[in-house]
Amino acid sequence: MRDRKLRSPNRQRAISRPTFTVVLGLLIALVGAACSGGAGGGGGGAATTITVGAVDNPSMADLKKLIPDFQSSHPSIKVNIVTLPEDQIRQQVTQDVATQSGRFDLFTIGTYEVPLWAKLGWLQDLAPYIAKDSSYAPDDLIPGIRTALTYNNDLYAVPFYGESSMLMYRKDLLAAKGVTMPDHPTWDQVAAAAQKVNSSSVNGICLRGLPGWGEQLAPLDTVVNTFGGRWFDTSWNAQLNSPAWHDALTFYVNLLKTAGEPGAGNAGFTECLNAYNSGKVAMWYDATVAASFFTGDAATNSGYAYAPTKIKDWSGWLWAWTLAMGSASTKKDAAWTFADWATSKAYAQLVGTKLGWARVSPGTRTSTYSIPEYKAAAGAFAQVTLDSIAHADVAHPTVDPVPYIGVQYVDITEFQQLGDQVSQEFAKVIAGNETVDQALQKAQALATTVGQAHK
Amino acid sequence: MVGGRIPVSKVVWSVVGWLVVFIFFFPVLWMWLESLKTEPQAASSPPTIFFAPTLAEFQEVLSGDFPPFFINSAVASIGSTLLVLILGLPAAYALAIRPVKRTQDVLFFFISTRFLPFAASLVPLYLLARDLHLLDNIFALVLIYTTINLPLGVWLLRSFLLEIPPELFEAARVDGASFGTELWRIVVPLIAPGIAATSLICLIFSWNEFFYAVNFTSSVAATAPIFLVGFISGRGLFYAKLAAAATLASLPVLMAGWIAQKQLIRGLTMGAVK
Amino acid sequence: MISVAGSGGVREPTAASVARRAAWFRRLPLLPAFVYVILLTQIPFALTIYYSLFSWNLLKPGSFRFSGADNYTRLVTDESLRTAVFNTVVLTISVIAISVVLGLAVASLLNSEVFGKGLMRTLMIAPFLIMPTAGALIWKDTLLNPLFGLLPYVFTPFGLGRVDWVNKYPMVTVVAVEVWRWTPFMMLIILAGLQSQNPEVLEAARVDGANAFQSFRRITLPLVRPFIELGALLGSLFVVQTFDSIFMLTYGGPGEDTTNLPFLLYIVAFQGFNIGQASAIGVVAVILTTIVATIGLRTMFSIFQVEPRR
Repeated sequence: MRDRKLRSPNRQRAISRPTFTVVLGLLIALVGAACSGGAGGGGGGAATTITVGAVDNPSMADLKKLIPDFQSSHPSIKVNIVTLPEDQIRQQVTQDVATQSGRFDLFTIGTYEVPLWAKLGWLQDLAPYIAKDSSYAPDDLIPGIRTALTYNNDLYAVPFYGESSMLMYRKDLLAAKGVTMPDHPTWDQVAAAAQKVNSSSVNGICLRGLPGWGEQLAPLDTVVNTFGGRWFDTSWNAQLNSPAWHDALTFYVNLLKTAGEPGAGNAGFTECLNAYNSGKVAMWYDATVAASFFTGDAATNSGYAYAPTKIKDWSGWLWAWTLAMGSASTKKDAAWTFADWATSKAYAQLVGTKLGWARVSPGTRTSTYSIPEYKAAAGAFAQVTLDSIAHADVAHPTVDPVPYIGVQYVDITEFQQLGDQVSQEFAKVIAGNETVDQALQKAQALATTVGQAHK
Repeated sequence: MVGGRIPVSKVVWSVVGWLVVFIFFFPVLWMWLESLKTEPQAASSPPTIFFAPTLAEFQEVLSGDFPPFFINSAVASIGSTLLVLILGLPAAYALAIRPVKRTQDVLFFFISTRFLPFAASLVPLYLLARDLHLLDNIFALVLIYTTINLPLGVWLLRSFLLEIPPELFEAARVDGASFGTELWRIVVPLIAPGIAATSLICLIFSWNEFFYAVNFTSSVAATAPIFLVGFISGRGLFYAKLAAAATLASLPVLMAGWIAQKQLIRGLTMGAVK
Repeated sequence: MISVAGSGGVREPTAASVARRAAWFRRLPLLPAFVYVILLTQIPFALTIYYSLFSWNLLKPGSFRFSGADNYTRLVTDESLRTAVFNTVVLTISVIAISVVLGLAVASLLNSEVFGKGLMRTLMIAPFLIMPTAGALIWKDTLLNPLFGLLPYVFTPFGLGRVDWVNKYPMVTVVAVEVWRWTPFMMLIILAGLQSQNPEVLEAARVDGANAFQSFRRITLPLVRPFIELGALLGSLFVVQTFDSIFMLTYGGPGEDTTNLPFLLYIVAFQGFNIGQASAIGVVAVILTTIVATIGLRTMFSIFQVEPRR
């Protein structure tokens, strides 16, 4: 072994100088950040800072762009909006509100959470605040949405985005096969049309298959509802083994298999939007807001029909994103000021003039649908949207009475997990790894356990 | 090697190597390409392979307030990596070169701390952080990331330290070097590639960590992954924007990788030591 | 450690107090890391065990009550847990085995004479750099999607155009994406190990007439084995916890085909908000992993043995 010198003048430094400087600088920054504590860095003494936990949604993206307008008219309130995808924000907000951590002073929740949390006392009753604001006009809110957000006759959240479901179809592709679509089609008519139009290059229809209680189950539930099915009877007995469920699920899966898009098991809203925009599918049953994302041929040649029905009519779903605040919040006034501004009639005007009339947030106020510029820009689907939402009834979504509320979901706390698990089983059926009966059997078992807890 | 003639083996292995690297790199390349497309192009059927690049989506991504996210990520990643080195290097040294009794048990203990899946302890940890007023504080993330990476750091550094021939230490002790001198002057330069590899891995893990970040921060201390994920929209097309945001978010780590590269070049240590 | 009886070592005084002081000196460098880890991991773990003895649903205030071993007994009959454990094992072994082999191959390539080594290395780390969530989404939607993904489009001439990879072969897809992510990690570690090799030994072997493969098998491989094992061990720790890819690619399905332990925990803890149940699953996960790791480390891994310094 050769001798090894202890120190060699030729040896390069282990860490090069520039790297070292950068690292040292960032270390100082770290210490500085730690010492400053981090939380509540507001700065100005008089300003209140509110943190809004929001879902990532085009209407919310527009709201973020218009915050400077809010700040200029309300200089004493600083707004930080944190956006996350739906399941993330739901989890964060739930955790925050349930443990009263105070991370969010205002948050977006959906029609699923509002009744549940209002009942638990987690949400601030907004009626007193609304009463003080003469310009809010709660009667202007579209009836279906207003009912969904009301608990004990009071509003507990204010909507900034609403949707129902409708059928979108390419008039040209259907006409080429001699198919016309009525305004209020039945599912049988839709299936027949899909089969006729289906070819190797263009599929008949795009339906969601992506597992998730808010993904695949949303359209599927409306099919079940209109076929006469329901999740639980009035005694909370699970009904997934009923003939209506069997027929509905079989219908849905078969439609996907014979005339649906490839990769249906992973198709959510975005995938179907892509497929429809690219002209790879001729029809699409999904949210009413979808039409605002159409480009090219899809934009110019699309027709819009109400959600298809079978036994029960008006089968469109109901969903709204709303702004709400925790009952234990310390910044209620500031939070309400912002929420009020963001969901007011004036805000709709602001969006229309500054960002374009097609971008006005749909599905919340009836007055929006009377604005001539909006009607001109939003096109043919505005009326379908308005009517679908107005007729969606969360309290009576099904043919037979039910002990729960919710059109495309069951408004109980266990539904997130139950819905996810059940939709996974259905995804297996779509993938061809399970039969309808096997899946329904498993789903029935899961639902029965949940139903027991509510008897 | 004779000057001027390139051996065939070098060419062959270069081709093979570049092929493999291309396969691994391609999804990242595709992501970069997606970020230069418009949204309809990014998700067209058939896929758009030839297109006129546009920076519109990058502009849209950059118009959001991204610097705070990136600064927070930098603080959390670099801070925790430095802390891992500061705590881990002496510990690895003790376990490799001057072993304590029960070294095996200590080593096992370190990795056993990684056995608990994060979702199981998250709510208890969250409640603890809430009560300690550590929510939305970047320092909390530094602590958490150090905890996650320390076992990794100790094991990695120990393995590199085991490579050092013991004669060096004898020579140092004969010369009267203290523990500190030993560590700083001899050990660190010798395992510089190992330190670089360890630091890079710790940096990458901390930079890309999402779940603890999203649970423990809201607006002030939010990190780059949260910024990135915020582009995944439930309604509307977003692939080009997501690709642009992901590209931006990976640039700092790419730079760190390039810097660490220099330490991984052979000849820096073994060559100089002779 | 220089033994007193060893060759040419420093003479050590034998007084007991000095020996004890020397022992403490040896432990001292270890203490900061050790104390830090104990504080920040054992307290959460203790809390997890504590909560596992209670039944508590975050969405049902007032549901916090002591339930003893209820959460655990429920797990015995729970098929979801068995499926999750099985999937975790399959996923971990597949990913580690494949990525170690690939990582070794690439590291060897990068350690030999090739053009543009530096650039190759930087590009090779790229999969590891990308945020797992973004990477998985790019894979699922822009590369693998049968309708507008690139790979089905490229493979159409071979008749594989409309294969729905993510739904028909979920585990294969998840393993493939994870191998893509972790091979750079293995490569980094193994490469660092290869770099610390003494080139004189290889020179000597070449002079003695050994060809590349022989010297690789007989000299390089044994020397780099500790690093291979290190990569496998550390990689396993992280691959067992795979969550982001599964969340984005398959959401644990179809059915429960790709639900591993962390994902099952996520569903229970953050969809069902069943904190007590989730804590119990976590404790069971720790017990199972400890058993497997103990057996594995003592039998397989040479790096775990503490050799006396020569």
